[in-house]
This record gives sequence, C-alpha cells and structure tokens, in this order.
Amino acid sequence: MTAATPVISCKNVWKLFGANPEQYLKSLTGNPSFDEIRQAGYIAAVRDVSLDIAKGEMLVIMGLSGSGKSTFVRCLSRLIGITGGEVRVEGQNIGGMSEKELIHLRRNKMGMVFQSFGLLPHRTVLDNVAFPLEMRGQDRHERRARALEVIELVGLSGREDYFPRELSGGQQQRVGIARSLAIEPDIWFLDEPFSALDPLIRREMQDEFLRLQEMLGKTIVFITHDFDEALRLADRIAIMKDGVVEQCDTPDQIVLNPATDYVAKFTKEIEKSRVVHAGVLAREVNGHRLTGSAVGEKQTIAELARLLVTDSRDYLPVASSSGSLIGALNRQEALDVLLGEAS
Amino acid sequence: MTDQTMILAGKSHTWTRAKTGWAVFSAACLLAVANSVLPAGLVRPPEWLILPFADWINAIFAFLRDDLGLLHVTRAFADGVEWLLDVTANLLYGKNRWPRIGPVPWTVIASIGFVTGYALQGWRLSLLTGGTFVWIAVMGQWKWAMETLSVIVVAAPFSILFGLIMGILAWRSKSFERILNPILNIAQSLPHFAYMIPVVVFIGVGPKAGAIVTIIFSVPPMIRMSLLGLRKVPHEVIESGHMCGSTRWQLLRHVRIPTARTEILVGVNQVIMQCLAMVVLASFIGMPGLGQKLLQLLQALKIGRSVEIGITIVLLAVMLDRCTKAWATKQPEHFEKGTSFAVRNKFLLLGTGLSIACLVLAQFVPLMDQIGRRDAFTISKPIDAVADWFIVLIDPVTQWLRWFLITWVLIPIRDAFLWMPYAAVLALLAAVGWAIGGLRSALVCLAFFGLIAMSGWWDRAMITVYTVVVAVSIAAVLGFPLGIWGSFHEKRADIALLICDTLQTFPSFIYLIPVVMLFGVNDVAVIGAVVLFAAVPLVRYTIEGLRQVPETLIEAAGMPGAPRLQTLWKVRLPMALPTIMVGVNQSVMFSLFMVIIAAFIGTQDLGQEMQRALSSTDVGKGLVLGLAVAFMGLMVDHLVTTWAKSRKDALGLE
Repeated sequence: MTAATPVISCKNVWKLFGANPEQYLKSLTGNPSFDEIRQAGYIAAVRDVSLDIAKGEMLVIMGLSGSGKSTFVRCLSRLIGITGGEVRVEGQNIGGMSEKELIHLRRNKMGMVFQSFGLLPHRTVLDNVAFPLEMRGQDRHERRARALEVIELVGLSGREDYFPRELSGGQQQRVGIARSLAIEPDIWFLDEPFSALDPLIRREMQDEFLRLQEMLGKTIVFITHDFDEALRLADRIAIMKDGVVEQCDTPDQIVLNPATDYVAKFTKEIEKSRVVHAGVLAREVNGHRLTGSAVGEKQTIAELARLLVTDSRDYLPVASSSGSLIGALNRQEALDVLLGEAS
Repeated sequence: MTDQTMILAGKSHTWTRAKTGWAVFSAACLLAVANSVLPAGLVRPPEWLILPFADWINAIFAFLRDDLGLLHVTRAFADGVEWLLDVTANLLYGKNRWPRIGPVPWTVIASIGFVTGYALQGWRLSLLTGGTFVWIAVMGQWKWAMETLSVIVVAAPFSILFGLIMGILAWRSKSFERILNPILNIAQSLPHFAYMIPVVVFIGVGPKAGAIVTIIFSVPPMIRMSLLGLRKVPHEVIESGHMCGSTRWQLLRHVRIPTARTEILVGVNQVIMQCLAMVVLASFIGMPGLGQKLLQLLQALKIGRSVEIGITIVLLAVMLDRCTKAWATKQPEHFEKGTSFAVRNKFLLLGTGLSIACLVLAQFVPLMDQIGRRDAFTISKPIDAVADWFIVLIDPVTQWLRWFLITWVLIPIRDAFLWMPYAAVLALLAAVGWAIGGLRSALVCLAFFGLIAMSGWWDRAMITVYTVVVAVSIAAVLGFPLGIWGSFHEKRADIALLICDTLQTFPSFIYLIPVVMLFGVNDVAVIGAVVLFAAVPLVRYTIEGLRQVPETLIEAAGMPGAPRLQTLWKVRLPMALPTIMVGVNQSVMFSLFMVIIAAFIGTQDLGQEMQRALSSTDVGKGLVLGLAVAFMGLMVDHLVTTWAKSRKDALGLE
C-alpha cells in the first residue's frame, strides 16, 4: 500500500432492503429513482455510492434521517453486508473476508462510536473501555493499563469504577469514545456521536473531539444530521439524500458552489464568510501587482472582515502557513462572500 | 386510502362481521329451543364421533416407554436428580444420606436469610426473609418446610438452565421458535395434574417425581423471558459488541446475556414461584412437605393447623418473590476508590460470621439447633377458637348463602349448561368467534370445542365450563367495582396493586383454606375458592387499565372538570377496556386451574376425572382431560387477545 492508496475506497456501493435484493439489483438498468425502487418493493438505503477516504482525512457524511447515512457507515465496517459494489479497506475487499478475518480487522483497525452509546450496562467504565481488548485476548494487566490511559485521554479519570447508568449522557459518550480508541484503531467511525446530547454539551464535545483528532490524526468517517456540525469538523462533506451522495466536497466548495438544489437548501441559511477560507478564493497572480502584508490561507473571510472593508487594495496576497505566496485574493469577490452579492 | 375512508371501511367490515355473528347466534338459539325435537346426534356427540384419543396417547407412551426405552433414560435422569435431592435433604433436614453432615441448624439458615434480605434491599426484606425462617422454626414446621425447599433448591436451577438454553435456541432459530410457541401455549394452559400423570408413569411417586414434575412445570416462563430478554437487547449494544471484535460466542456470553439480565432474572422469579406452586401440589403424587401436611389437615378439617401451614406457605411465597424481584431490579453500584476488601464484601463476611457463630452456639444450645414438636409454639387453638366463634356467628349467613346458591343459582345454571345440545354450544361459540374475529376465530372456537366434544367428556367439560362461568361472573361483579373504586386515588391504587401482587404470589392451594373453613367441603366452597382466585387479576388489571389513561386524554376529550362518573364512562373505561380484558383472560385461566385443583374437595367435572386418572396412572385419559381444559383456556385467550388487539388498533393505542 502506498501513501496514495485511499484507506477506504467504495465503488458503486448499493444496499437494498427487500425480499431478494441481489437479483433485483442485477435486473436494474439505468439509474432508477428512490420511488421507482420502492414501487418494486425494495428500500434503497444506499444507491451507487463511490467515495475514497484518504489517510488522516475527516469525512463527514451529512444527511437527514432516512437518507441512508447510518446504513452507509455500517456498510464500511460490514456491520451490514452490501448488495452490490465493493468496499476496500486498506486495499482489501471486506466483502470477501471470512468471519475470522473480519473480526481480526475490527479488533485491530476499526473503532466505532454510537449515537446512543451502546455501552454494556453491567460493566464499569473501566471494563467497558477494556472490553475490545478483552475480546482480542489481552491479559488483565495490560488491559487495565491501556484502558486507564484512554479514560484519562477523554477526561474521565476518577470515574473508572462507575457504571454507565451512574453517568450523564456526555460522560457516557466519553466512555463510548474511549472504548472505540482503546485498540488504537486507524479508522474511526462515529455515528451521530453527539446527537443525543444537549446543545451546550454537544459544543463542548465537538471541541474535545477536535482536540483528540489534532492529537491522534486518525482517518475518520463522521455521521451527522447537523449541517453546522459538519461544517465545523469536516475536511470533506458528503451530503446524502435517499441513498445517493448529492455532493462530496470541502466545506468551502459546498458553501460556494452547491451542486444541487437540495444542497443549496442547506447552504442558503449559512453565513458563508465563516466557512470560506482565503486560500480557497486565492486566484493565480496573473500579472497583478501585489503589495503589502499577506493574509493566511487558513483564515476565514469572516476573520478578515475588518481588513477587507478598510483595505484599499483590489488584490491581496495570500500566503500558506509556511509563508510562501500561493495566490491573490480578489477583494471584491471576498466582500461578496462576506456581504452577499450586490443586487 | 385516507384515514377516514380506512375507518369507514373498517366499520362496514365489522358490521358485516357482526351480522354474520348474529345469524350464527340465531341458529344456535334455534338449536337450543328445538332441543327436545333434535336428533340425538345433535344433542350429545354420537358414538362414532368420539375418537379414542386416550388409547392413542397410551399407545404412543407405551411405545416411548418400552420400545424406545425412554423409561431407562428418564429413570437415569431421575436417579441423578434423586442424588442431588438426597444431598439437599441431608443438609436441610438431616435425611440419612451422603454427605451426612446435616441438618444445618435452623439459626444458620435464618441468619443467612437475614443477611441476604438486607444485602438485596434493606432491613425490611431482611426482616421478611429472616423472619420467615424464624416463624417456620418456632412453629415446629422446620422439617416439612425444608422438605419443600429442598425440592425447590434442586428443581429451580434445572429449570432455569434448561429454560435459558431453550430460550437461546428459540432466539437463534426462527423455525425452532415456531415449533416451540404452540407447545408453550398449551403447556402453560395445561392444569397442574396433567403434568403429574406422565411423571408418575415414567418416574414413579415421591420426592424425585415431585422434583421432576416441578422442573417440567416451571420451564415455560423461563423460555419466554429469556427469549424476550435476548430480543430486547438494544441494536447498538450488539453492534458495539461486533465492532469490539467479539466472536459469536463472546457476543452471546459477554454482551447479549448480561444485557438481558433483568428479563432473565424476572424469568428466574417466575420459575421459583411456579416451583413453589407445583411443589405444594405435588403432595398428590406423594411429595412430602408442607403441601402434604396441608392436604391432610384440610381433609381432616383441622382449620387452626392448616392456617398455620398456610401462613408458612404464604410467607415463603412472598419472601421468595420479593427476594428474586429485588435481585432482578438491583442495579450495580460502584464503590469509591480505595474501599477496603472488608467493606466491599461486608455482606459476605457478615453472613459467614453469623453462620459460624450460630453453628458454634447450636452445639451448646440445642434449641438453636432444632426446635422439636414439643418445644414448638402453636397458635392453632386460638385460631380454632376464633374460627369456631366466627363460623357460629355467621353460620346463619353462610347456611343461607349456601342454600341460596345451591338451589337457586348453581344447580339451575348447571342443569342449563347440561341441557344445552352440544350443537347449540358449538354454534354459539362460532357466533362469538365470528363477531370478534371473523371466520378464522369462528373456526378456532369450533376446533377447540369440537375436539372436546370428540374426546367423549362433554358432560364433565360442561360442568367445568359452568363452574368457571359462574365463578368469573361473580368475580367480575365483585372485582370491577372494587378495581374502579381502587383506581380513584393514586395512593389507594398503589396499596390495592400491592395487595393484588402479593395475593398472586400465593400458591393456588392456599385459597382453599378460608373457603373450606367457611363453607365446608362442597360446591359452594369450590366456587368460593375460584371466585377469590379469579377476582385478583380482575381487580389488578382494572386498576392498571384505568390508571394508564392519561390525564391529557380526558382534557382532550373536552371534559376537564366533568363529573368523575361521566369521565369514567365516556373516556376512562373505554380506553382501559383492552387492558381490563387481559385481566378477564387471566381470570379465566386462573379459574380453570383452580377448578381442577379443587377437585379433591368434591366436584363432578374434568378435575374429578383427572384425579381418578392420576390414581390409576392412566396417562392417556389424564392428558386428554388436561388438553380439554387447556383448549378451553386457549379459546378464551384467542378471543380476548383478538378482541383486545382490534380494539387497541381502533383506539390508536400502541
């Protein structure tokens, strides 16, 4: 496997629920709509999805309930078998794996966090976190040491002997996160991890999550129905509707160029300047004379608002984090993003 | 289809159904009126219709027993059980068998009881558990109680294990569940005696037969609860188990079964209660212990002594029920960091310490070891005195009631039931079935009672039906108003539910004591016992049904502040009716069981015949009679659940 090989690669993945889905899928021609498939007596949870997820990338799958996002993420770990297509994890086709190979993969490479936590009610925090280690047969001493390590990582030290029932929702999800990290997975699935939490706690957990990701740099598939959450966390967002990925792109591009009307509905209410970065708007220098101090490519337009309004230059230089020049920012274009286009 | 057209269609559908029902009903009435001119073949099942089911069953059993050699298997199993029984019997009441170290002094068992109760729930349960053992010892019933308990101690674990395994198999294989379900339905509606006869054939009589019949009888609820528990494990918990890399076995062992803990423990509770009920009744097949004593004393009309035994059985039942329920609902709690071993295991240490102390003391103080009959207390004399005084006091009332009931209610109704041509009864049931669930239900009713007609026990069956109908009607007349009254206040409802729950834990046998005391041994006593037993679920479900109706619904019905009776009639009762019908269903089941048990105080119904089958160890006859009773129960169950379901759908509940 080279560095360029995607960690997860999906090709034309289909998941249909119904009496005889494989046969039905073979009979399909063209690109039938969700309703056409439903009329045939099948529910199309995932329709012809092709996606690659690169190492260390955080892909957020966004969709409303019933859009197939939770089913899709379960197809990636073969919690649900797919009807058609192919899912490759680190180059291996997981559809063809034996049960033993699959268990081996899950024990060593994958971690998953669930919306309603999925904790074992009869085990303490420590035993819950150590559970995946126990399953792969590590001895008691090692298990305990590693579990305490991750418990500290998620900020639950001192609660090791509590039972899930004795913890708040936020704390329970911290246990879920710790458990999913115990085996040091390379791939981290999170299925609406913060949806069951209060808005304030949710915000706190998102910050915590970003901190963890900064530290661990895992390959992440994150499911959410909350567009703001997606924008906040994602490297790339895939927006799903009726089992189809409507658009898969960076938050900036989704906000700037929504591919379909459906995507546009989400982006309409979003304040674009908080999402779009200077680097995305940077154009080739193309003979413009750039003067003065540069703006960082990682800065959002909202962060540059004061500068954009007061500066008199037509084009501003944009610099990468290492300081090299990467392009020119058209001030007018940036102001359009900030204030909306002049009508 | 819009919602409205659906409702309309539903209505027109039930209307035609009702019309057919009425048509069949008229036919039934016609048949009944024409009784005297009907051909004999329609009045009573003709000879050629009656099939020798009993002979067939006997042939099957003979084949199983002799040709397949099943007898050796069962006897071998029974010997294993007997060995275990001997061990517990030696420990608990000093039977002269290996390991020959018993009996354990009663104070040791009582102190373990105190500590267990405290550990499970607190000092109240502690007092109940320990106090029960103290009562038993002080009243000089130790040996009998221990004979009873020694069987439960052996039978319950067998049932639990077997039930759990069957539950897991049924959960794993849909087809196995499909086979198992009807068997469980029949098994749970077979009266106790029907189980005893085959056991007598295969095992013999005595404690081991008692233990084995107890095991068989108490398995079904365990299977049901294990299956339910395994089904209820949240999806995400299982998925998380998969993602943690569990193999199938690890998933079952570490994820599914522990997460289903509460349901499984509720199953354990039911097993133990069933065990107690059966062990008491197993006295009919020579099982020594409390049940046998009670049977002898009741037959000798020794009221005071039977009340004493009755109290013991009730205390044991309540104690076992509370302890296992407390265990089921107990949630794990953590200890603070650095808690010492002594604190973490304080109950274990306390129990061991107390036991050793009692064991040592018992060597020096004989009364702490055993309390013989001579040293025991008895309250039978005062009870007898009070009972005699009370009976004399209300004798005119009971005499009159007995006379009135027998001459004006029971005999006429019984004669009416016996007078009915069987064809009319079948048509009547078909009409009811049709009105409730259409053709399917009509056929179900016909099949169940048709088989009863073909069994050749029609008259006996009609007497059973008459007893149940009369008893449930009286129970309803008493129970519904009581339930409605009980539901008016939150606090009153709580108390009433607690009483009902407690009464439901009593083994059925207990209900015979007060009625025999009041009415002696006759029809009225039987009806009285059945009424008592059947009224409990009626009251219980009436209260529960009425309480479940949410306040918001009454507000939504636009009647806040309306007179209580008005909301009761217009909103509460109709909404509560499906739940109340569950109570009716249970009430019918309970009365069927009770009628059969009451046979030994003199009835002329199926139960009487079953007793005869038991004493002549006629498996075929016994099972045919048992199945006849089961079919009655299953038919009522089918009708009530079908009705309740359609009613719930119509009301939009669930």
